[in-house]
Amino acid sequence: MVGEALESPPHAVWGLPVKTYIAQRLAIALLTLFGMSLVIFLLLRLAPGDIVDVLFSTGGYVRPEERVAIMKELGLDKPIWAQYVEWLRQILTGDLGKSYRYDLPAWQIVKPLIPVTVELAILSTVFAVLLGVPTGVVSAVRQDTTLDYVLRVFSLAGLSMPSFWLGMVIILGLVAWLGWIPPVTYVPPGENFRLHAIQFLLPALAVGYRSSALMTRITRSAVLEVMREDYIRTAWAKGQSGRVVIWRHALKNAMLPVITVIGIEFAFLIGGLVVTETVFNLPGVARFLVQAILWRDYPIVQNLVMFIAIVVILSNLLVDMLYGWLDPRVRYGE
Amino acid sequence: MANKPLGVTTAEIELIAPAGAGLRRVRLGTLLWRFCRKKPLGAAGGAVMLAIVLTAIFAEVLSTHDPIATDAAQTLTRPSAEHWLGSDHLGRDIYSRILHGARVSLFVGVGSTLLGSVLGGVIGLLSGYLGGKTDLLTQRVMDILQGLPLLVLALVMAAALGPSIQNVIIAISVPIIPRAARVIRSSVLSIREMQYVEAARGLGVGHLRIAFRHVMPNTIGPFIVLATAQLGSAILVEAALSFLGLGVPEPYPSWGRMLSVSAAEYAQKAPHLVLFPGFAISLAVFGSNLLGDALRDTLDPRLRGA
Repeated sequence: MVGEALESPPHAVWGLPVKTYIAQRLAIALLTLFGMSLVIFLLLRLAPGDIVDVLFSTGGYVRPEERVAIMKELGLDKPIWAQYVEWLRQILTGDLGKSYRYDLPAWQIVKPLIPVTVELAILSTVFAVLLGVPTGVVSAVRQDTTLDYVLRVFSLAGLSMPSFWLGMVIILGLVAWLGWIPPVTYVPPGENFRLHAIQFLLPALAVGYRSSALMTRITRSAVLEVMREDYIRTAWAKGQSGRVVIWRHALKNAMLPVITVIGIEFAFLIGGLVVTETVFNLPGVARFLVQAILWRDYPIVQNLVMFIAIVVILSNLLVDMLYGWLDPRVRYGE
Repeated sequence: MANKPLGVTTAEIELIAPAGAGLRRVRLGTLLWRFCRKKPLGAAGGAVMLAIVLTAIFAEVLSTHDPIATDAAQTLTRPSAEHWLGSDHLGRDIYSRILHGARVSLFVGVGSTLLGSVLGGVIGLLSGYLGGKTDLLTQRVMDILQGLPLLVLALVMAAALGPSIQNVIIAISVPIIPRAARVIRSSVLSIREMQYVEAARGLGVGHLRIAFRHVMPNTIGPFIVLATAQLGSAILVEAALSFLGLGVPEPYPSWGRMLSVSAAEYAQKAPHLVLFPGFAISLAVFGSNLLGDALRDTLDPRLRGA
């Protein structure tokens, strides 16, 4: 995960007018999404046994005619390519399909879960930026001092702990030292806002710490790189104070890669949230995905994964555009 | 680039023979000693990894109990002289389970990292060397595989394949493939322009032979860096998969699995059930991250900070 931070460099397209740049990005995004749908679809068809076996594995014997009826109802009697086309049609019309387990339209189940995950992802990102960016700047400015070493070990520790375990340890610590047990079930914000905030803050801390470690590393290396530039030397030579040089001159340019990472991390947070939502028993999309996988509710799984893919690709696209907007070299197609 | 000695980066030369000394073979011990002096944190990480590898190899000798033997009389006991790190809800010895868990976690971590990096490496090598349409197509396929969060892809793979050690290794290796392919491809792109490759081509050596015999050996630096960097996340993904019940099946004691059982009901009553396996995971990942960072700075300065 560390390595994917600096990929998709827009530098490669410098020299193209911005419209071509955006059109190219969009085309690649669409192509990627299409390929992804194919991969996910085939992957789930790889699974041994069909959905009916899985559905009734606990119920025992299924009569052949019953089986045929179920397959027909679920559309599984059609050839694979027809099933795929049908699924694509569903996605394009915004239909998330029907849950096998609940016998309800998936959208109806997923819709109330989205705000939970989005809130958690935003809180975690905010925490990660607040902790990670200043740490990275300090670490770079005080390069190779004891402070730098301490901060680097601190951020590496964040990358090393499973965030779900850190969450469990936080809960245990609260119980042991404060004798306070966090709510076990979800508290909606309208019911008790303070409790709701605490309930979300804890997992956001656990997940955000990990992301903050990535931000620290990127910020540190970006600032170090910028500090070697000629214009920074000029600023020093002009006799400007360290604070002005660092905050006004260096940070402005060092922030470009950092913004890229923030965008990518935001989308990739959902991976970290998968387990954390389960540990904290928060009814979010990520936890629901795990449950759907465990129940072998494949239509839900493939739609949710597709949904995640769209979110990831959209945020990548957004970062690319932002980059073009922030970096005049991209904007003017120099 | 072109006037550099073949196959050795400047950093390596500095490490092998600093301060302008002539390039010569140095004993492994000397090399290790220099690494320890220049990169104390990396050396510490290496020591941690070595300790964990030794633990995994000698788990039988070091453990005090059978890791899967249950004991109804001694469930959820606190750490004591009998059970050094306490016992779980079935009376199994946590200390012995963590030792044996090192075996499972390392095997899955190293296995999936190697599988993913080798497959990705070969794809990156061919795609970078051949270039053109092959490269473009491969790149797009890699984009697809990389478009999903690592854990989500591994999760879906694991579910589709069903729980077993081999399947978990495959599931974790697939998300590593595109990452490996990218890194190796980018280093191949510069290597293939080198004069000695041109010379080989001029001599009429076949493309496959050039790719594997002449180009591949020079990608070994980035390859090692990549594999060490991925090892940590592979161990983390294994822990997460096992925690969710989609990883290594019972009765193998896996660190993630140990957390999953304890999290459910016993965390409040017996916190040691949660603390120790988590420490083990964190220590292993921390060690491989420290080592990976130091190796990256030494072997591949271009990737610094990435």
